[in-house]
Amino acid sequence: MLLAVLGVLLAALPAFAGNYLLSVATLILYLAFAGQAWNVMMGFAGQLSLGHSLYVGVAAYVAGGLFFHYGIGPWAGLWLAMLVCMLMGAAIGFLAFRFGISGVYFALLTIAFAEFTRIGFDHLGWTGGPGGMFLKVAQRDQIDLLNFRGPPAMYYYAMLVLAAGAFALCAWLLRSRAGYYWQAIRENEEAAQALGINTFRWKMIAMMISSAMTAVAGVFFAFYYNNLFPEQIFHISRSIEIILGPIIGGVGTLFGPILGAAVLTVLGDSITELLAAFGWEIPGIKQVFYGVVLLAVIMFLPHGIWPALARRLGISK
Amino acid sequence: MSALLEVRSIGKSFRGLRAVHDAAFDVAEGAIVGLIGPNGAGKTTLFNVVAGVYAADAGEVRFAGRRIDGLRPDQVCAAGIGRTFQIVKPFAGLSVLDNVIVGALLNSKTVSAAKGYAAEIVERLGLGAKADLPASSLTMPDRKRLEVARALATRPKLLLLDEVMAGLRPTECDQMVEVFRDLNRKEGLTILLIEHVMRAVMALAQHIVVLHHGEIIARGAPGEVVRDPAVLECYLGEETQV
Repeated sequence: MLLAVLGVLLAALPAFAGNYLLSVATLILYLAFAGQAWNVMMGFAGQLSLGHSLYVGVAAYVAGGLFFHYGIGPWAGLWLAMLVCMLMGAAIGFLAFRFGISGVYFALLTIAFAEFTRIGFDHLGWTGGPGGMFLKVAQRDQIDLLNFRGPPAMYYYAMLVLAAGAFALCAWLLRSRAGYYWQAIRENEEAAQALGINTFRWKMIAMMISSAMTAVAGVFFAFYYNNLFPEQIFHISRSIEIILGPIIGGVGTLFGPILGAAVLTVLGDSITELLAAFGWEIPGIKQVFYGVVLLAVIMFLPHGIWPALARRLGISK
Repeated sequence: MSALLEVRSIGKSFRGLRAVHDAAFDVAEGAIVGLIGPNGAGKTTLFNVVAGVYAADAGEVRFAGRRIDGLRPDQVCAAGIGRTFQIVKPFAGLSVLDNVIVGALLNSKTVSAAKGYAAEIVERLGLGAKADLPASSLTMPDRKRLEVARALATRPKLLLLDEVMAGLRPTECDQMVEVFRDLNRKEGLTILLIEHVMRAVMALAQHIVVLHHGEIIARGAPGEVVRDPAVLECYLGEETQV
């Protein structure tokens, strides 16, 4: 019932919301989607990635580059981007899991890959190097689905469908064999292995699903913002931005990443707006605010907002 | 007929410390064998070699005629050997039933089939009333039961029990013994157990192997082994009445 009301409200949003509100909503959905992708790896399978910007960036450049250089639309680029990111995820996973790198060291490895890819792209002429790549911005009032160009409402709906699709996928995964195996690995890898689970294989699967999903977010990013700079897209702050939502909402839960993305974005933007209304422009205030929220959640709600809220509302997971 | 499990002159050292040396014994199909010995004798090391956690330095392990030394733990389990951990390792964040479902999935085609089978096992181990509680809320005896339930859910031919009776009260111990006897008699489950609780060993085992300083010093029927002077001296003590 509550979900149905929410669904109708979200579907009807472009009818009454202005462009600013729509852009905030699109950002929330983008973060909710990417957060869910990250959650598959960390929340379900317990593998901490701090380098998900790698997949956002690589996918954005693959699809963006194909469009920029050859006029190949995002629908073809999307598949290639997903494939490339999945293979990168598999390569990193293979290195880590084959040689028993886990926990903090695994997280460091994911940062390292994102960082040296950033530096690599800085020196890659095909993508414009540090000067960036700019996709042609077409008329905003026409919908060109083939090239994914159109008004803000189109991007909003695309992201809404993606976020809802990711939710359905995660809900299904969690109830499947994969979900049980991942959670077992997350809770105790040795015991999981003793129960016949090939932990290497299932961690690889989690990593590949997560990186392919994140690639979709990257392609959206490219065609929504239209400009790509290695310095921005591969930066660790982009990875942090993705994982804050799930951490604050509830790692490993289905609703957590969505709730966290909404809470953070809405509160962060209102704070900035509120201060601007007083005539104060404080650069970086949003980041400071995120830090404070993260601190408060870790102190008072270590499992995130969603589990506490669900208990209060009497909903079981 | 050859034995279900054949352990052949297994040796295992840790940085020069000889944990197990030239250990050899068989577990016949349908048998219950007890592995006893003082702390540090190498019992758990031997278990871990069989279960695939450690690679042996020497010797071989055969299960149903097939060599299993060198396999990974998940492959050993898939071959039909279930094991419990001496230091319990529950999936703390998952419910009791979900813990057991993870094990049941190994030999179930669907998740719903695994759920059904797991529910039976949970009931059988007396955890039915606690099925929906998180495993982290269980008491130590219940955690031991959960270890057994999870291993049983994989439908093993051979069950390795590493001190599952420790910390249980005598009545609880007797209940557990009854469960294993039942499984052995009705389903032909073969069991190899490490145990310090002699009450359980004597009630269950048809054959006992005694390990001391990594070597097997005695073996035989329970009645003989507990009167063996070497065993009395190193482990049971002179005064033991069993």
